[in-house]
Amino acid sequence: MQLIYEKSVTGRRGVKLPKSDVRAAAPLPDSLLRKETACLPEVSEMDLVRHFTNLSRRNFSVDTNFYPLGSCTMKYNAKVLEDVAVLFAPFHPMTALLPGGDEFCQGTLGMLFDLGQLLADITGMDEVTTQPLAGAHGEMTGIMLIAAYHKAKGDKKRYVVVPDSSHGTNPASAAMAGYEIITVPTASYGDMDMELFKQAMNQDVAAVMMTCPNTLGLFNPHVREICDIAHSHGALVYYDGANLNAIMGKVKPGELGFDVVHVNLHKTFGTPHGGGGPGAGPVGVKKELIPFLPQPRIVMDEEGLFRLEKYSGHSIGRTANFFGNFGVMVKAYAYIIMLGREGLIQVSEQAVLNANYIKERLKTYYELPYDMTCMHECVFSASKQLEHGVHAIDIAKFLIDRGYHPPTVYFPLIVKDAIMIEPTETESKATLDAFIEVMIEVARIAENNPQAMFDAPLTTPVSRLDETKAAREQNVCCQW
Amino acid sequence: MPDTHYCPNIPEEIREMLSVIGVDNVEDLFAHIPAELRAKTFNLPPGMSEFETKDRMRFIAGENRQEMLHFIGGGFYDHIIPSVVDHLSGRAEFYTAYTPYQPECSQGTLQALFEYQTAICRLTGLDVSNASLYDGATACAEAAMMALRVTGRNRIILDGCVSPFSRQVLKTYLFNLEVDVIEVAPLDGQLNQQELAGLLNDSVAAVLVQNPNFFGSVGDFTALADQVHAVEALLIASVYPISLGMLKSPGEMGVDIAVGDGQSLGNPLSFGGPSFGFIAAKKAFIRNMPGRIIGETIDRNGKRGFVLTLQAREQHIKRHKATSNICSNQGLCALRGLIFLTSVGRQGLADLAQLNRDKAEYAKSQIRLLPGVTVLATPTFNEFTVFLPRPARGVVSELLEQGIAAGVPLGEYYEASDNVLVVTVTEKRSRKEIDTFVKALEVALCS
Amino acid sequence: MSEIYFSKDHEWIKVDGAVGRVGITEHAAHALGDVTFVELPKTGKQYRQFDVLAAIESVKAASDIYAPVSGKIVSVNSAVEDSPELVNESPEDKAWMAEIAIDDAGELKKLMTGEQYSDYLKTL
Repeated sequence: MQLIYEKSVTGRRGVKLPKSDVRAAAPLPDSLLRKETACLPEVSEMDLVRHFTNLSRRNFSVDTNFYPLGSCTMKYNAKVLEDVAVLFAPFHPMTALLPGGDEFCQGTLGMLFDLGQLLADITGMDEVTTQPLAGAHGEMTGIMLIAAYHKAKGDKKRYVVVPDSSHGTNPASAAMAGYEIITVPTASYGDMDMELFKQAMNQDVAAVMMTCPNTLGLFNPHVREICDIAHSHGALVYYDGANLNAIMGKVKPGELGFDVVHVNLHKTFGTPHGGGGPGAGPVGVKKELIPFLPQPRIVMDEEGLFRLEKYSGHSIGRTANFFGNFGVMVKAYAYIIMLGREGLIQVSEQAVLNANYIKERLKTYYELPYDMTCMHECVFSASKQLEHGVHAIDIAKFLIDRGYHPPTVYFPLIVKDAIMIEPTETESKATLDAFIEVMIEVARIAENNPQAMFDAPLTTPVSRLDETKAAREQNVCCQW
Repeated sequence: MPDTHYCPNIPEEIREMLSVIGVDNVEDLFAHIPAELRAKTFNLPPGMSEFETKDRMRFIAGENRQEMLHFIGGGFYDHIIPSVVDHLSGRAEFYTAYTPYQPECSQGTLQALFEYQTAICRLTGLDVSNASLYDGATACAEAAMMALRVTGRNRIILDGCVSPFSRQVLKTYLFNLEVDVIEVAPLDGQLNQQELAGLLNDSVAAVLVQNPNFFGSVGDFTALADQVHAVEALLIASVYPISLGMLKSPGEMGVDIAVGDGQSLGNPLSFGGPSFGFIAAKKAFIRNMPGRIIGETIDRNGKRGFVLTLQAREQHIKRHKATSNICSNQGLCALRGLIFLTSVGRQGLADLAQLNRDKAEYAKSQIRLLPGVTVLATPTFNEFTVFLPRPARGVVSELLEQGIAAGVPLGEYYEASDNVLVVTVTEKRSRKEIDTFVKALEVALCS
Repeated sequence: MSEIYFSKDHEWIKVDGAVGRVGITEHAAHALGDVTFVELPKTGKQYRQFDVLAAIESVKAASDIYAPVSGKIVSVNSAVEDSPELVNESPEDKAWMAEIAIDDAGELKKLMTGEQYSDYLKTL
């Protein structure tokens, strides 16, 4: 399919702009002007619409395909959420920052305040900031809050401890916040090795970052002990909320001893993934960390009005321009109030049920490194299929031909040729059964006719792209 | 009977699944969690129907003042959004997909982001771009961190004319690192060239400027780029995309890394987000770029296709040594930006920029006539600085009551600037609206 | 007569008198997959044994390469920077990365012989 630039014809336009109703301004001096107009596309509206409509049809998406991408919680995105976001499109963020402006923004400021309270209730934390613009951004913000906490106490800390099963954003965020990483191996029972963890802890550790259930989909029964050990060494504990879909109403990270938590609105709270964002990563803290929260902070005054709190000397500052990805938060807020208490509990129960069902039905065909109750996702290894030369990637490509977006492959790194399946609660038993049948068939084909796997995918516009060539040639921009 | 519109399994199906698993009820699947770790309470309000939810959200939106005439910027701008942007980015195949990890079933997203990268390169006049960052402010911070990596040095110089929000975010990102941040106070609404020149030496990794700057002043940083390069440091410029329909591009100036906020490209105000940050750089710096990058390649049959590339820079491979921690970016917002630029098109962006300037110059000419008012005499695009005879806060507050957001009062952000206001005029402001605004200002100043 | 030693991080060093030529083993190259980038050290720079000497990237992985011995870099093989695919084609010969002037031959005792390295590979 051609690039939009390849469809351009000089002089064509895609939209009619208004004519000026004021006189033309004298031009700026040449030294301030660009020599030529930027070589942007020149197409009619019809061309533009056909181009992007046809591009969209080259995507698998939740609305078109079962998308069990582990760790990403690809649940159905309710259309009502899209409708309500539009209601807030015209509001300018600066209005709230003008003198007396917050009075004209009671709706939006109030919603952010309420959302913060709801998320604090769900996670068992004391206060939530909605400013971080993505999960990883929340992780970085959270570690910075911890850094500010230690700095304020006059403690110099060097390390952040993470399990080797952690999502890459955990050590990357900690490094961005100025820390060195200590990695603790996962034991054979599927959790961070407690003995090695105790050995790794020392007075120079600022924080321990973990998620529970972990990236293997397993709930660590010693999680409170881990928090206690961390605290006894003067470290704080960070909860990566990417897997919150498994435990709503059942467990609250705040009650386990976590000091900082982030949640992913585009995962647990049903806002769409957007082809790679926008997401949002609100961060919850225990009260010791409230003084360090980013600004502006939304508070409710004695009259019940929502105000922006003046910049506090202890705040880490700002992690984004304004209040965060407001348009994403509207959707998450609507999701939470629409589902309510019973709805969120049902989400976690059904998510865990669906994942365990898949796990039980597929464990005879695929190696299950940790054969125990999983939570919202299960991790297999393609080790049996490897005996026939079939890798996790081949299984993924074959599934595409059957109309499935593949599960996550090669993560977590501690499982060889990992296949991580997260069905989510919005899928029916019929969908799961069809997927299971195909996975069983794949196991059989891998054994009897592996070549069929290497040929896949055959039904897509392109097949087995040369990633080495892309990395070596670095063509990231159309050249003409 | 439980609700099944989002969680479809009916009780009979649930029973079948439980029996396959070998447990009696769903609660058994949580039995391995020790009782003392279970949530003590879970007090959320009960749920409601879709219809009631819409009603509630409408009520909340209604609690904000609805009609507001925007003469304000501060980083977010009230621009035209062609209808195609909503319709096409609203296609579920785009917005309910995720990061294109499996390229064969994500060529829609991948090609669109490649086209987006191309647009950013062409707008900024630089060689390489990524597939978006979170916003313009965090993009400034990421660019600074990129410069620190590239040069191996640990000092950043900030022009005080850069948005206070961008500067704050940058300082927050760097606060726990062994990095020195020096700010150069503005001189009459522009970069203090002399003071900056005095600070340039081989300890500096990068200098950050903004064009147009927070006061609306437009500059040419070509000479500055030469000075910065003479000490082997990098020049980073934060730029306003609509202005690039007219203004000298960062690439033409010799800037090394260009960043900015993409909200003005097809993304609604939406109370501050989501938007996207863009970053473009000279080719030599590509391995140090943060975020996702889409590359062109061919498949096994020689057909052109697109993939996530140079992933070895990223967190899922390099973990703590990654160029950034970014995982989800702002894919859908970048797509909206691309559709906007495609709709407006090559000449259209130039016309749009012209419209902005014309409207702003007209407003300037009218405001200048008001008694006791002067306007900063620097070249401007669609924002300009006004000196009022009384504190700007009071004037802004009075006009807000009338449904006019008059501009950004600078007293909160800069010293000795209580009487200063930065006014923004975009193509959406009609002559009549501008006249109404000027009249309201006049009344406020005379009272 | 040159001797060859191996580290547990899969570097090899071929010792010729006072100079050692360094690269990564076939095992490491295979594990990396198609190499897309190699960052070589600067000539003249001093390294301690097991310091990070160089960096290598493939499509799906990134690895540090550690100095098998302490010493100063006397030369680097720019062919590997220009054509990273050499590392996959000939990791233990044409794709050598750097030559290092060995400070202390005693440090070689901390490395493995060819036979020991082969045995080591079997344990992985």
